[in-house]
Amino acid sequence: MDFDLMISSFPKLLNATLITLKLLSVSLVVGLNLGILFSIMRINKNPIINKFAYGYSYFFRGTPLLVQIFIIYFGLGQLEFIRSSFLWIFLKEPYWCAIIAFSLNTGAYTSEILRSAFETIKPGLIEAGKSLGIQSKIIFFKIQIPIAIRQSLPAYGNEIILMLKGTSLASTVTLMDLTGVAKYIISTTFKPIEVFIVAGGIYLFLTFLIHNLIKLLEKKYSF
Amino acid sequence: MELLAFGKTGWGDELFIATLMTLAVSITAMLIGFLFALIFTPLKLSKNKFLNLIANCYTTVIRGVPELLVIYLFFFGGSGAVMFVASIFGYNDYIEINAFITGSCAIGIISGAYSTEVFRGAIQSIDKGQFEASKVLGLKKPIHFFKVIMPQMLRLALPNLSNVWQITLKDTSLISVTGLVEIMRQSYIAAGSTRDPLFFYSFAAVLYLLLTFLSMKLINRLEIKYSKGY
Repeated sequence: MDFDLMISSFPKLLNATLITLKLLSVSLVVGLNLGILFSIMRINKNPIINKFAYGYSYFFRGTPLLVQIFIIYFGLGQLEFIRSSFLWIFLKEPYWCAIIAFSLNTGAYTSEILRSAFETIKPGLIEAGKSLGIQSKIIFFKIQIPIAIRQSLPAYGNEIILMLKGTSLASTVTLMDLTGVAKYIISTTFKPIEVFIVAGGIYLFLTFLIHNLIKLLEKKYSF
Repeated sequence: MELLAFGKTGWGDELFIATLMTLAVSITAMLIGFLFALIFTPLKLSKNKFLNLIANCYTTVIRGVPELLVIYLFFFGGSGAVMFVASIFGYNDYIEINAFITGSCAIGIISGAYSTEVFRGAIQSIDKGQFEASKVLGLKKPIHFFKVIMPQMLRLALPNLSNVWQITLKDTSLISVTGLVEIMRQSYIAAGSTRDPLFFYSFAAVLYLLLTFLSMKLINRLEIKYSKGY
């Protein structure tokens, strides 16, 4: 055991954790909005909208995240019309490519979580709202959405943890996130176990924080 | 389409073999995972606090740490660990472990943690009466486990195991960083030499979709088979 290496690599890894957290938070915010949008599309009765949302979630849940990042980072740059459009400002940066891939990926999983939450809402609650003469918009925002959020909290907590682990793939497109820096230190010192303990410890600590935060929220919104 | 031709002109046969490699790694990893689950599920369910702690450490650490980090640990640490064990037995030459073995072990350990949780959940949701009844009937322990608990457990575990299979299948794409030529690695090579990354990575996505789709069909049939009588 090389304790000196563990101590000296800790600040570097902690610095890299900031990038991991940045990637995670931005893609979660974008992904949650995408997820809400697509889950509403999924419960829509129009078959085209419905099928489109299903196809989206099927594709992003059925293929590895690595493929998605590679398609966006290496693949899209090949198209001439993208290179000449304003999108290229984002797509030439690995940081934005990673965020786009993560957001689309977590959006697909989130839409599934929310859809199943919408479907488990008892029809009686919606009928009660209707019979009280509440507009369907208000029923949706004041009855369906709060209940769905509460129902999906545990599953969404898991999704956040999966996404935290997913951000490690940013290291494959040259971003120096926690895993990227850990790999760099391993390949220069050839001490994989020590670095694994430190980097893994940071990840575990983050997982632990997220887990407890979700538990707290569950308690707060329980009924 | 000529990019996908078989033979020397296209990448069809290479990608086909790579797909078989992905399948082989996934199946090996899944089996290694079952082996781990077989060891750790009893530990998780045991009444001994210490054994419990070991199993909990295993599942928590593996499920809380990114797969890529575990793969790097195995990739960079694997041959070192084997050489250390070999040196105890007096063998001091350099040993290099095959990427297939490192990869399937790394993914296997990850999939094992998920399988352990699935089996634990399944055993815990079997009706208590079943355990008591087989005790009352005086069944021996192996018969009790293999003939009473196991069939019921499999039925309950199958839907979740199919999720573990999907996760494992997708995780194998990460082994490409170690140089094992599976779908991702082959697409990377093909994309590099033809300068057509969009096509090859999209094709890789299609291959993965095909694999997940076909395996879901197969698992659904298994589920029907195991839920006979319910």
